[in-house]
Amino acid sequence: MGKRKGIESSIALADAAAMCRVDGISAYPITPQTHIVEHLSEWVNDGKLDAEFVPVDSEHSAMSAACGLSSVGARTFTATSSQGLALMHEILFIASSMRFPMVMAVANRALSAPISIWNDHSDIMAERDIGWIQLFAENGQECFDLTPLCFRVSEDKRVVLPSLLNFDGFIVSHMIEPIEYWDQEQFDAFLPPFEPQIRLDVKNPTTMGVVGVPEIYYETKMVHHDALRKAKAVVKEGFAELEKTVGRKYEVVEKYKADDAEVALTILGSLAETAMTAVDNLRKKGHKVGLVRPRLWRPFPDEEFIEAVSNIPVLGVADRAYTFGAAHHPVASEVKSVLFNEEKRPKVLEFVLGIGGRDVKVEEFEEMFMKMIKVKDGAKPFGIEYVGVR
Amino acid sequence: MTKKKDPLKLTWKEIPLGFVHSDYMSSLKNHTGSWRSERPLWDEEQCIKCGVCAMFCPEACIKEDENGYFHADLDYCKGCGVCAQECWTGCITMKAEE
Amino acid sequence: MLEFRFHGRGGQGSVTSAELLAVTAVADGKFAQAFPSFGPERRGAPLEAYARVSDEKIRTRSKVYKPEVVLVLDYSLLAITDVTKGLKKDGLLIISTNQDVEQVREETGWQGRLAIVDGIKIAMKHIKRPINNTVMLGALIKASKCVTMKNMEEAVQNRFGRIAKINQNAMEEAFDVVTISEGK
Repeated sequence: MGKRKGIESSIALADAAAMCRVDGISAYPITPQTHIVEHLSEWVNDGKLDAEFVPVDSEHSAMSAACGLSSVGARTFTATSSQGLALMHEILFIASSMRFPMVMAVANRALSAPISIWNDHSDIMAERDIGWIQLFAENGQECFDLTPLCFRVSEDKRVVLPSLLNFDGFIVSHMIEPIEYWDQEQFDAFLPPFEPQIRLDVKNPTTMGVVGVPEIYYETKMVHHDALRKAKAVVKEGFAELEKTVGRKYEVVEKYKADDAEVALTILGSLAETAMTAVDNLRKKGHKVGLVRPRLWRPFPDEEFIEAVSNIPVLGVADRAYTFGAAHHPVASEVKSVLFNEEKRPKVLEFVLGIGGRDVKVEEFEEMFMKMIKVKDGAKPFGIEYVGVR
Repeated sequence: MTKKKDPLKLTWKEIPLGFVHSDYMSSLKNHTGSWRSERPLWDEEQCIKCGVCAMFCPEACIKEDENGYFHADLDYCKGCGVCAQECWTGCITMKAEE
Repeated sequence: MLEFRFHGRGGQGSVTSAELLAVTAVADGKFAQAFPSFGPERRGAPLEAYARVSDEKIRTRSKVYKPEVVLVLDYSLLAITDVTKGLKKDGLLIISTNQDVEQVREETGWQGRLAIVDGIKIAMKHIKRPINNTVMLGALIKASKCVTMKNMEEAVQNRFGRIAKINQNAMEEAFDVVTISEGK
């Protein structure tokens, strides 16, 4: 087992990508960007990583170059955030539908306007439907562990899709925290060399990115959707292998003290850690509360989620982004639609919080749980509560 | 080897990974010459052998002969007239097919 | 769990102090976090940085509101910032100043545990520049015993390379000369 050290999560994630022996990195290196690609450029510049580092003029170009790198069979990595992810938008669909395996780390941050550099999930929720595998890491250790996991799943010949690793901007990306590194041998055993299933090769010419006329386009979307749905099984296999490699257990739906819970909360990202402290505090007072978090956001693990919440009377869902004009915000929409036809399902209460870097304290989570307990005890369910908004 | 299925009739389970086309130089099988209603004719008196016609041809079917003059491969020339439009000296005329 | 708040100005190294504290605590086998008050980075502007040190896994991502320890790198901040805001009654206030204990107590109104050292003077002696972040870590270690000096010296070595030695010397001097006044 590698060394445990206090290090910034972004730097650790970059180290993990380097230790995955990436062949190509393309990135827009300045705002909005984290230290990830800066640190990877040092790996390459210092001659410690044999990779092509392609600095480009925008995130649109970064994702285009990443597609190019992946198309020739390079193990490809990039990272972005916020407006940068938004600028990649059209190419993100191309990367997934042309079946280019690659990994992108996204430090989740708010979108303009007004200008905000702070953490929420507006950027990724706007890219929910890009056809990539999408996971959430809750802390620096998970950023490190899930980077090789993403490569492993993306490159698996049953999957062949790009993966996107979400982690909270600033409150994870810029946090110094203890992270247990893997040894290089562990990386190499967990992540075999990339064997591209499709690639541009002059000796074996192919055409990529052809026209999809109405007679065939529909079928290409069907196969993409099917591949993404089936990727869940490969993610689960990867988690099992990860546990064998480093002893840490990951699930597509994570539960915290949820098995006997009467009230549980669903939240994506690192604020789940703050919520855990609230759960511990309330458990000490005798309240049966817990957490249920889909770690895998796309493909959505509906069977596992339904199983995890079906015996819980009241489920709260905390959204960290708006779906403007909709009746429900993104995670709540997902959860409610997944549960709608189930005979046994919890009452779902909705919250919005932590928008644009607004801090959420342990006490605020405790208050949310207490409101949910009141509903469990017979109070009338409430609509969407915007926690802390003035 | 079974007969290849019409690519536009594939079911979604038969779509190749990434919808990649591996049928090497398949465009040669598409004889676009059958679309032609006019053919380009070169007046070699006026031709300065600049090759602009070949450069602009969207089918890339105009070739230079051993004397430096240009001719269209009528298997693929679809008669679009771009060569005649672009020719500097106006030496190409489009003649209706009979 | 101990929570720390650092007050400084952009460019004085308060974020680095918080980082070094967390890195050292992890090297000591503990759990720790360090993070700046996220926002634009502007030289000279008052800023805060935070850290947490715990024997158990830290499960919170919120800011530090009720610190056990406040460390002030720049005495002039007292005029514009309430440095004792939220500081727990049994907490510790550490200030870089050339004033004496009574004057600092009067200025801050702080009656709890207080540690003072003339960080700028020590920095000028060893580092030849008025950068006192590593100096103040020496005072912090002496007064709070939250991390080991041995691992802090290693963290400073890794961070500063060829200028590590002068920083270590400055840190050690602050450790030796810091004045600690128990609370009332």
